Amino acid sequence: MKLHYEVPGDDFTRAGDASGDVKRRLKRLGFPPDVIRRAAIAIYEGEINMVIHAGGGTADIEIMPDRITAVLSDNGPGIPDVEKAMQEGWSTAPDNIRALGFGAGMGLPNIRKYSDSLNIDTAVGKGTTLTITVLANPAQQ
Amino acid sequence: MTINDIKNLLNATVVSGHQLLDTEVHNACGSDMMSDVLAFVKDQSVLLTGLVNSQVVRTAEMMDMVCIIFVRGKEPSEEIINLAADRGIVLMKTSLRMFPACGILYQAGLRG
Ligand SMILES: Nc1ncnc2c1ncn2[C@@H]1O[C@H](COP(=O)(O)OP(=O)(O)OP(=O)(O)O)[C@@H](O)[C@H]1O
Ligand SMILES: [Mg+2]
Repeated sequence: MKLHYEVPGDDFTRAGDASGDVKRRLKRLGFPPDVIRRAAIAIYEGEINMVIHAGGGTADIEIMPDRITAVLSDNGPGIPDVEKAMQEGWSTAPDNIRALGFGAGMGLPNIRKYSDSLNIDTAVGKGTTLTITVLANPAQQ
Repeated sequence: MTINDIKNLLNATVVSGHQLLDTEVHNACGSDMMSDVLAFVKDQSVLLTGLVNSQVVRTAEMMDMVCIIFVRGKEPSEEIINLAADRGIVLMKTSLRMFPACGILYQAGLRG
């Protein structure tokens, strides 16, 4: 199953629409609860990042029996130093974003923690594409 | 304990989800930073926060949490209430601040 979502950059309240919809679909398809939660959190963190750091983007999700793959793509400012961005606690979020409950510098580390593979393709001034894979049955892979 | 026990312990007001007050809960988490909440999956079912916006409900949804408690008497908007109702999440508010609210629940047996 392939799903496509537009993630609007101008409506903070709607961030989570895509990951929430994916989560409900995975539930209906009968995926194990921990797989659903890992996939939902990873996609949600990516979705939030596109909204607060990149002015929105798109989410393309592929659901297969053994894995969930999410490609989150934006045309935002890009990430100059990915290694730094991956560190827990590192954030460029300004005070107005922190007041909204984001900017702890935990989003990308969370995505890495909950996914089975994470690839970050980013270029300054062009944008960022995250490819996240969550295996449905990691113990048996 | 149940969500109703929490309500009594914190002298809280139920904003929405009255029909879910008998739900059993064992673990809770208190934070104003949502990615901190998302960092530790331990089957927490209750979120205490001083932050009031729709992403609090989204975060609880992703974590499969069943109850959000707004501390310091913070008032959720209609939009937040509707989102929580749709997701089957109880909303409560207490005039207590974060530290005493967490302390009371911890002493009563809720864990982190
Ligand atoms: N899509 C993106 N476009 C541009 N920069 C990004 C993007 N995603 C992340 N970043 C950069 O990487 C940093 C770290 O991201 P991360 O998600 O770990 O933390 P955060 O979003 O700042 O805070 P948190 O996720 O805890 O709310 C961000 O502060 C930002 O500078
Ligand atoms: Mg983030």
